[in-house]
Amino acid sequence: MLAFTRLQSVAVPLALDNVDTDQILPARFLAQKRELGYGPYCFRDLRYQADGAERPDFVLNQDPYRGAQVLIAGSNFGCGSSREGAVYALQDIGVRAVIAESFGDIFYQNALINGLLPIHLPAGQMQLLLAGLRDELGMTVEIDLAGQTVATSGGAAFDFPIDAFRKHCLLEGLDEIDFTINYIGQIEQYEAWRQPM
Amino acid sequence: MSPDPMPPGETVPRSLFDKLWARHSVMEHPIAGTLLYIDRHLLHEGSRNGFALLKRKGLPVRRPDLTTATADHYAPTDNRSVETIDVRSRREIISDLSANTSAAGIKLFDLAHPRQGIVHVIGPELGLSLPGLTVICGDSHTATHGALGALAFGVGASQVAHALATQTLWQKKPKQMRIHLTGQLRPRVAAKDLILAIIARIGAAGGTGFAIEYCGAAVEALSIEGRLTLCNMTIEAGAKFGLVAPDEKTFDYVKGRPFSPTGDQWHQAVASWRALASENDARFDQEIEIDAGTVEPMVTWGTSPEDSVSVNGCVPDPTAIADPSRRASKQEALDYMGLSAGMPMADIRFDRVFIGSCTNGRIEDLRAAAEVLRGRRAVLPALVVPGSMAVREVAESEGLDRVFKDAGLEWRMSGCSMCVGMNGDLAKAGERCAATSNRNFVGRQGASVRTHLMSPAMAAVVALHGHAVDVTRS
Repeated sequence: MLAFTRLQSVAVPLALDNVDTDQILPARFLAQKRELGYGPYCFRDLRYQADGAERPDFVLNQDPYRGAQVLIAGSNFGCGSSREGAVYALQDIGVRAVIAESFGDIFYQNALINGLLPIHLPAGQMQLLLAGLRDELGMTVEIDLAGQTVATSGGAAFDFPIDAFRKHCLLEGLDEIDFTINYIGQIEQYEAWRQPM
Repeated sequence: MSPDPMPPGETVPRSLFDKLWARHSVMEHPIAGTLLYIDRHLLHEGSRNGFALLKRKGLPVRRPDLTTATADHYAPTDNRSVETIDVRSRREIISDLSANTSAAGIKLFDLAHPRQGIVHVIGPELGLSLPGLTVICGDSHTATHGALGALAFGVGASQVAHALATQTLWQKKPKQMRIHLTGQLRPRVAAKDLILAIIARIGAAGGTGFAIEYCGAAVEALSIEGRLTLCNMTIEAGAKFGLVAPDEKTFDYVKGRPFSPTGDQWHQAVASWRALASENDARFDQEIEIDAGTVEPMVTWGTSPEDSVSVNGCVPDPTAIADPSRRASKQEALDYMGLSAGMPMADIRFDRVFIGSCTNGRIEDLRAAAEVLRGRRAVLPALVVPGSMAVREVAESEGLDRVFKDAGLEWRMSGCSMCVGMNGDLAKAGERCAATSNRNFVGRQGASVRTHLMSPAMAAVVALHGHAVDVTRS
């Protein structure tokens, strides 16, 4: 997993609620092999017209948001399907962190496991962030995972919560399977005790 | 089955979820949380990324005997042959499932198997999903299996790989919500209407971070199939887990299924299942009460499952919403759906109907639709896709296929089909589809397709009239 420590980037306002993983990566691209990259399909129907031309009104097609690494989303970002491809697709267009009021539970887990930092902030702070984005074109945010802070170029600063274990894994780029293999003895003991049907 | 690991003298009243959690806790880690043991790992074609991860790490599948697979998302519904699939990537992903499961010694219900079906339909049907077990699948609708009193949840590809390698997952215990469904559903009002009404009430993010237990007279009165529908769409309320305490109905449903316990093991199992229900005074972080007797047939108007109203209601007015970003989202949903505020739901004209999916592809769903359609003619193109080949067989033995065909509907083989369209079963651009599936997301059933969620009986009514009619009055 890609480690995450500190990041400074232009922030992209994507202030829609309930952005689902079908929109982040439409189902029709899921049969494609992961190795080929999901970047071209990320937000496919929001980013491009049917003929492949860019939609000029979509924020990721506008300057200064092209290639930005932080999304500022609405509530319940990543709801719906458990497809981890939605996380890969965001990473493949360069997104490293998403800040939202809330996330779909499965998307949130998938993001952490893959090194995409999901940050949830309360509604009031989200409104301040979005107001900052309206006031300052190209506002940047600086994320410090160790300190659990987000600071904007507009001078606002917020603390964010994150699970201690997931934070540790992100900072170290630690793979969860490698971690668990250390506890195989406990798993064997459980299996011997329980004898599942 | 072993007794619950309750320390002597423990008196804290425990919920169903608490008991399932404790029973499957392999260990507690100071920061990683609980290592949960997985009793049943269900796979479909989406497991390919998980297998690839495992392969990269050079790890074997730890418990192929606790793992079962079926092809559903990419399954063609007009025939059972992989070779006839015209899109190479779809053909490959189904073939990869066969290759991966065969190499690992995992039982596969492939396209040719008479018990093939949607993973969330065949799990309960085969007795793979049982009360008291943990069930996972790389699919968000895994919450379905909680209807039997199992701890069931959807995961992503990395966690599929983790479970294949270790038969466990690290989890933090979620908060718990209990939804009391009092009263009784009126005739022809279905579990689907109930869950749509719940999501409309608590919102698509209302259950985020929670496990939801459904209880109350209306839940007790629901059939197991109705409970499966209820738990299936728990993810649409934002919660990973949906649960119903197992009762005599559950035991009757589970008994005699191909993988259910038998003989002495059956009696031991039932004894342990009886002890699973939430104790009186078990603590929940949030409690909600809804009178099921007030629920009317529901139809969605927007692009989130939370956007539903009674069929007798009107499209709501976003300008009444105070929060500007929420107001903008709802206006955007109306624009996509091509609807305007105040329009009666019954005036919306449809182009197509889909009856099926892991939400509503069970035999009772097909019976409810057939009851409405019997002896009548549909005015819209409509697809009926049974949730499993076993459901299809029962439906045919009851003559339901005849009812559908005589009404002008297409009768297909089982699979996820038009719920997500990965097999190519899609509506045409711009069409409006009445669907019994679980998601009305933008583009879900095809580019610019407008999806309205509803129950099987309501979808059947739309097929007959071209617009929605209150099925309780028709």
